[in-house]
Amino acid sequence: MSNVLAPGTRAPDFTLPVTPDRELSLKELRGRPVILAFYPADWSPVCGDQMALYNEVLPEFQRFGAELMGLSVDGVWCHQAFAEARHLHFLLLSDFEPKGAVARKYGAYRTPEGVSERALFVIDKAGIVAWSYLSPIDVNPGADGILEALDGLPRQEKIYG
Amino acid sequence: MAKLRPVSPEDHIQGLEDAEVTLLEYGDYECSYCGRAYSIVKRVQSHFGRRLRFVFRNFPLSEIHPHAESAAETAEFAGAGGKFWEMHDLLFENQQRLSEILYLGLAEELSLPPEALRQALEEGKYKARVRADFRSGVRDGVNGTPTFFINGKRHDGPFDYEALLPAIQEETGQRGAQRMERR
Repeated sequence: MSNVLAPGTRAPDFTLPVTPDRELSLKELRGRPVILAFYPADWSPVCGDQMALYNEVLPEFQRFGAELMGLSVDGVWCHQAFAEARHLHFLLLSDFEPKGAVARKYGAYRTPEGVSERALFVIDKAGIVAWSYLSPIDVNPGADGILEALDGLPRQEKIYG
Repeated sequence: MAKLRPVSPEDHIQGLEDAEVTLLEYGDYECSYCGRAYSIVKRVQSHFGRRLRFVFRNFPLSEIHPHAESAAETAEFAGAGGKFWEMHDLLFENQQRLSEILYLGLAEELSLPPEALRQALEEGKYKARVRADFRSGVRDGVNGTPTFFINGKRHDGPFDYEALLPAIQEETGQRGAQRMERR
């Protein structure tokens, strides 16, 4: 199993494609909490998988003003098809080239399979890892840990109303 | 790990409060896995009889199941009329054809006023109740549908009859053992 970045660590910045013609940098989101959800691959063959679950829980994350992003080594077109098929309302980042480079920075790359771990990070508005969790790859970690971590952020980071 | 929100009178409960084991399901009426679980739960219930209490909470995954929310609200409507479990069963038994026409027909079958159901769905009268279940599920660590809890502990892994039976059996055994110790 990997050693994911621990709380208190500065979250490494990165720039990754979110669509075939658009990139996003982590630092653009400074000022609000960010949830990074690394997962092994699009198209896992279950209903109510991890990304589908987060899609449904999105309003709860948004109550904290938090931005959720899913990351895997799948390519942008794959992400696009997956997001369309599952009606995902959050961004999927493509950690495709160099493969898994961002996952490696976060200690969430899995060898020899060559995919991301199922790893979660909550990053505070200053860009520091506030909480991290590495799940066994075959266990969907749910959303309770993320919400607890968001609960634990300083009050002023929450958006009420 | 998250702690399960305790079972309360607000919940939909089948069985006795002092049953040895509580099996709780967070489920979605349109989820095919929940459809499969429906008949498994029935078998489990008939195996354990009065020793088991079953609780069902809504966890509609509306983005992938367009009828899950309306079906959940229909069950809640029936619940308000004292017929939650009758509707719950009918919804799962007709899972392939969930639609408002079906709901209204089922209401009629259960002697519930279809017009009141139509209005409740339109107004979203039971939306808040369904959402409250969903939210508590998220906090309880629900990670897909169906998610089962046995005496408050999440049951990971397969939920077929052959897997659920021993998992529940273990709990009945433990309760029995604790009682012996107390004596």
